[in-house]
Amino acid sequence: MELVAVHPYIPNSDPEIKREMLGEIGVQSVEELFADVPKQIRLKKKLQLPHAKSEYHVRRDVEAILSRNKTCSELISFLGAGCWPHYVPAVCDEINSRSEFLTAYAGDVYSDLGRYQAFFEFQSMIGDLVAMDVVGFPWYSWGSVSADSARMAVMITDRHEILTPRTISPDRLSIMRRHCEGLADIKQVKNDPVSGQVSLEDLRSKISSRTAAVYIENPTYLGFVESQCEEISKIAHDHGALFTVGVEPLSLGILTPPGEYGADIVCGEGQPLGMHMNFGGGLLGFLACSDVERFVSAMPHRLISVTTTERKGEWGFTYVLPERTMFAARDKARSFTGTATALWAITAAVYLSLLGPNGLRELAEVIMQKSHYAMKRMSEIRGIRVPIFNSCHFEEFTANFDATEKTVSQVNKVLLSYGIIGGKDISREFPELGNTALYCVTEMHTSADIDRLAAALEGVV
Amino acid sequence: MQEVETTGYQGVSWKEPIVYQLSKKGRRGHRVPIVEDEIRAAIGNVASRVPEKMRRRHPPELPELSEPEVVRHYIRLSQETYGVDSGIHMHGTCTMKYNPKLNESIARSPKIADLHPLQDIDTVQGILQIMYEFQKWLCELSGMRDFSLQPRGGAHAVFGNAHIIRAYHRMNGELEQRREIITTVLSHPCNGGSPAAAGFEVVTLYPNEETGYPDIEALKAAVSSRTAGLMMTDPYDTGIFDSNLEEYIRIVHEAGGLVAIDQANANSLLGRLRIGDVGADLCHFNLHKSFSTPHGSTGPGTAAIGASEELSNFLPIPIVAFDGTKYYFDYDRPDSIGKLGDFYGVVPNVVRAYAWIMTMGAEGLEEASEVAVINNNYLIKKLLKVRGVTLPWHESHPFRLQEARFSLQKLKEDTGIGVTDVNHRIVDYGLQDMETSHEPWIVPEPFTPEPAETTPREDLDKFAEVLAAISHEAYTNPETVKTAPHKAAISRIDTAPSHDPRRWAMTWRAYLEKARGDKR
Repeated sequence: MELVAVHPYIPNSDPEIKREMLGEIGVQSVEELFADVPKQIRLKKKLQLPHAKSEYHVRRDVEAILSRNKTCSELISFLGAGCWPHYVPAVCDEINSRSEFLTAYAGDVYSDLGRYQAFFEFQSMIGDLVAMDVVGFPWYSWGSVSADSARMAVMITDRHEILTPRTISPDRLSIMRRHCEGLADIKQVKNDPVSGQVSLEDLRSKISSRTAAVYIENPTYLGFVESQCEEISKIAHDHGALFTVGVEPLSLGILTPPGEYGADIVCGEGQPLGMHMNFGGGLLGFLACSDVERFVSAMPHRLISVTTTERKGEWGFTYVLPERTMFAARDKARSFTGTATALWAITAAVYLSLLGPNGLRELAEVIMQKSHYAMKRMSEIRGIRVPIFNSCHFEEFTANFDATEKTVSQVNKVLLSYGIIGGKDISREFPELGNTALYCVTEMHTSADIDRLAAALEGVV
Repeated sequence: MQEVETTGYQGVSWKEPIVYQLSKKGRRGHRVPIVEDEIRAAIGNVASRVPEKMRRRHPPELPELSEPEVVRHYIRLSQETYGVDSGIHMHGTCTMKYNPKLNESIARSPKIADLHPLQDIDTVQGILQIMYEFQKWLCELSGMRDFSLQPRGGAHAVFGNAHIIRAYHRMNGELEQRREIITTVLSHPCNGGSPAAAGFEVVTLYPNEETGYPDIEALKAAVSSRTAGLMMTDPYDTGIFDSNLEEYIRIVHEAGGLVAIDQANANSLLGRLRIGDVGADLCHFNLHKSFSTPHGSTGPGTAAIGASEELSNFLPIPIVAFDGTKYYFDYDRPDSIGKLGDFYGVVPNVVRAYAWIMTMGAEGLEEASEVAVINNNYLIKKLLKVRGVTLPWHESHPFRLQEARFSLQKLKEDTGIGVTDVNHRIVDYGLQDMETSHEPWIVPEPFTPEPAETTPREDLDKFAEVLAAISHEAYTNPETVKTAPHKAAISRIDTAPSHDPRRWAMTWRAYLEKARGDKR
């Protein structure tokens, strides 16, 4: 049966209303309104798309397709690598489902006071986490803000080389390269094969007056904590370069924040702060810097400052140096910005308010205890070397399968048949590490889950 | 001040403290999962394993609140925010159409929320099918060969397109020579900003005073062997379709350049014109504009890049492909510009837009475009009756597509009141403020309403009535407008910290530090 012409989302689709409106406009037909679009370039055929369906049938059809997915809550997953499984408190979804937040966009502070305040609170809480005074509007993802941090360093120092450890996430390295093309060379510094830590010797030999910044990640992509931060910071600063750091935020419940070991610019991935993984769609990059004018001027995205109003007892909010961004400066801005990840920033503010200082510390400890338990259990299995590096790890760690004579992909196929998703295969990203997977364990994993993984691995290898 | 009293609206005003001011030491809003005894026994005190200098000495100075307090605080902030669901919200250039609840409900399914992006493809066939079919639907809508769903906003997509243009010229050995991107000033700012960020020099064309778009001759003069490409928006945010488009494309192609058309806002063209058919090499659609996904208070968005047959190999990796039995990520694309962003973009938005197209169907998409254009022209008719309002290029373009950019220059000349004041006042009437214009203000004292197809006629009438009322106030009682807003959550803001490093404070910690400094 044909659906009726009046569409539920389109109030004026009633033919009678349309006729009246066209009459008011003073035209005979809709066609006259499209006079600017030359006839010769118009589409001459009907679109080959499905016919309209009722709400019920759309739901039924889409949900039927989605039911083919097997999720990380139906299986047991040990995947992290830039998108991590963490519990999302119910309040987070409640607030980000509020239709005022969900459907607002770009109104000024007078109509949208609430979202501006939430953004300021997001900036503030990230500032406390990383111990930096300036935090900007949220952005796409860690990869994108790490690229922004590199571009900022180039602008601030007028130098054109970024040094970063071999252990940087290969995807982020590739995004950084793409964003710095023609602007800066990204060069890699060796790491110690036993500890994984940055080779200070290699860093000293590569750093020069051409170096804009030394960028490290902490914890590293391979899961361990880089503990020579003060030394790296000193080497960078001694050469007039900036020290920039990318972080996973929950680790800062237990780890020293970059602002306390000399970082000039800090970036990171906010997805663990209350966002579902969403197949990678829940990412949220954050970017912070020192409260120094030339740094603030180099920030690419919106910055919201708290301010006062004419009436006592009210908080107002205002954009800082708005002329600096692409919105005003267009091609003179040297960076691009736009629609960001505001709904996730509001959610992150909710998450951090819920956890507070003690909750965050407890969570970081729980994650570490569970991941260390998993390392212990896996290291008891003959043939698996866990972790490869003898440094302290946070929630992720490497597991090498060379001695089992099985590839990670073979191991993972068998695990999947037991309902377990094994760690990310990083054999191609880091060939020097052999057959290695990157495992992630968080507060979501129970001891039973970890024991099940260990038992399954015993059977596989 | 009678007018102030009769707007019939009062904005929600909680005078809500900053969350830190609500903090009480010792409170907590969430319990984290416990560690089982066997783990505790096996691992012990884990903090001591962190090297001493890497051990956090003081917990972060986050606020301490109970769960009900957190909920109340953020519910109040949501109430002090004005979304599409709140009332008349016609921010132009943004296509603030209704975001169907069905799509929201589907997109929040655990069947998406709990998917990790690196799962074995056998476990994610459902989501891959949706992404694949959606790519194909966008091809049908645009006349392009293939799509990438990876960019997380329009500026990201334009940045990606600029890199595809680079990659194409590099492949042909011409990148060193082709350094320039041509754009038009009425295009979205990212059409200049993103290629500049990608390393191009940008040449900007200005509109002819009579037609509202650049002359063919201006483009011819700008094009040379240095031209890498033309990156522009069409239709413009003036609602004018640049009907030279086909000719521009021919000229740029003849000179060896490529053409990327920003179709972020394609709401007036669905089913009527496909940019690929006109000869564009690249384009992008914003799902958070034409395709009804929510704007989320400014993201997360999704901007899908479309490429012609000649350029599809350059799209970012991965693209979702189908081998006849299985959906998979195709990374084997040697000419690709590589990764533009992390993973595959904002996938839940793809599901929302997929459900939207299913609901609309081909005929519904055409209907949406048609009604969006009728709504806009109806509003133009009403607004032109308001004293002090003019529509630049009205003579040459009496009818517009999705939106129109008006001017309050006359009102300002007559009364001293321009768009900033009017925007403050419009909030008093319970409407969202108006989009003015991207910089630079080619149209003086601009405002740009875009009704989209989901605005009822009654709201169009109301919008025009409110503007007429404010215009009347401006001519008869300007103080009311100059001192607005009167009914908003807050009074006029002190914007001085915007440019004062001693006063700006982007974090509470910086605010406290600077406030202490002031007292000393």
